Amino acid sequence: MSDAALPAGLEAEATAERIEDKAFGFWIYLMTDGVIFALLFATYVVMTVGTAGGPTGADLFNLTHTFGETMLLLVSSATFGMASVAAREGDRRAVLLWLVVTAALGVGFVIMEGLEFSGMIAQGAGPDRSGFLSAFFTLVGTHGAHVSVGILCILVMLAQIAARGLTPPVASRLFRLGLFWHFLDIVWIGIFSIVYLPGVL
Amino acid sequence: MSDATRIGEGPGRRSYLVGLVLALALTAIPFALVQFRLAGTTATVVAIALAALVQVVVHLRFFLHIDFHKTPRENLLALFFAGFLIFVMVGGTLWIMFDLHYRMMP
Repeated sequence: MSDAALPAGLEAEATAERIEDKAFGFWIYLMTDGVIFALLFATYVVMTVGTAGGPTGADLFNLTHTFGETMLLLVSSATFGMASVAAREGDRRAVLLWLVVTAALGVGFVIMEGLEFSGMIAQGAGPDRSGFLSAFFTLVGTHGAHVSVGILCILVMLAQIAARGLTPPVASRLFRLGLFWHFLDIVWIGIFSIVYLPGVL
Repeated sequence: MSDATRIGEGPGRRSYLVGLVLALALTAIPFALVQFRLAGTTATVVAIALAALVQVVVHLRFFLHIDFHKTPRENLLALFFAGFLIFVMVGGTLWIMFDLHYRMMP
């Protein structure tokens, strides 16, 4: 805004256009990430029968545990939504609060997933046991890695909002991170509907 | 400012709460069906698939705010193109691999 060469209106318009471009670019990234996950799902479905005499989903999956993970991620999606609304209203304290809640729920999810993975590996059902388990760890692990990166980004957002306030660039980053976070929850619907629920049946 | 960030297009808290309630219901149904074996296997699998598809739509509508009128056209095109790619690649993979599996049976 301090740039004297452009009138304030034009400057704001140029900023808005750049942010618009970034939002579209990020959307394209999300779509390609969706294709990656879809193919990991396809691999998993093909490999489900390849248990090599090892444990199957029915032996390994715990529905209560999965339900807990689902709740954490779903509620965290809603709390991120609250942060987005608060950002639109310019309420900095509320944004920080909701983002902290979202990050805490995300950390809870990652911890639950880590416990599940380490429990499986401890009972000899690691990714090296069978094709089924390789596909399982690849699919669910890739999602978990995305959530972990999302948590890191939330922490960076917290620092930026605390240091710079809700300026248009910061708010636009928050908007894109929100897209990412909601997208991960959509992938998780696929994971519990394709991996865990049919696995236990 | 709201124009510049496009956060302003979100319909507000109500949208997220409605989405949360719908998503909770659509999660509880398949989990209850499997946990308590309320239906036969085929019926349960169909119910899981339907609940998942509806829940994806709920998330797109209430969390990502996809709207046929307000979402930019290119974003919708990218979404539908990704959906088409996924349909071809996942459908093709499953078709070929299960056909192969069938033909390789001893």
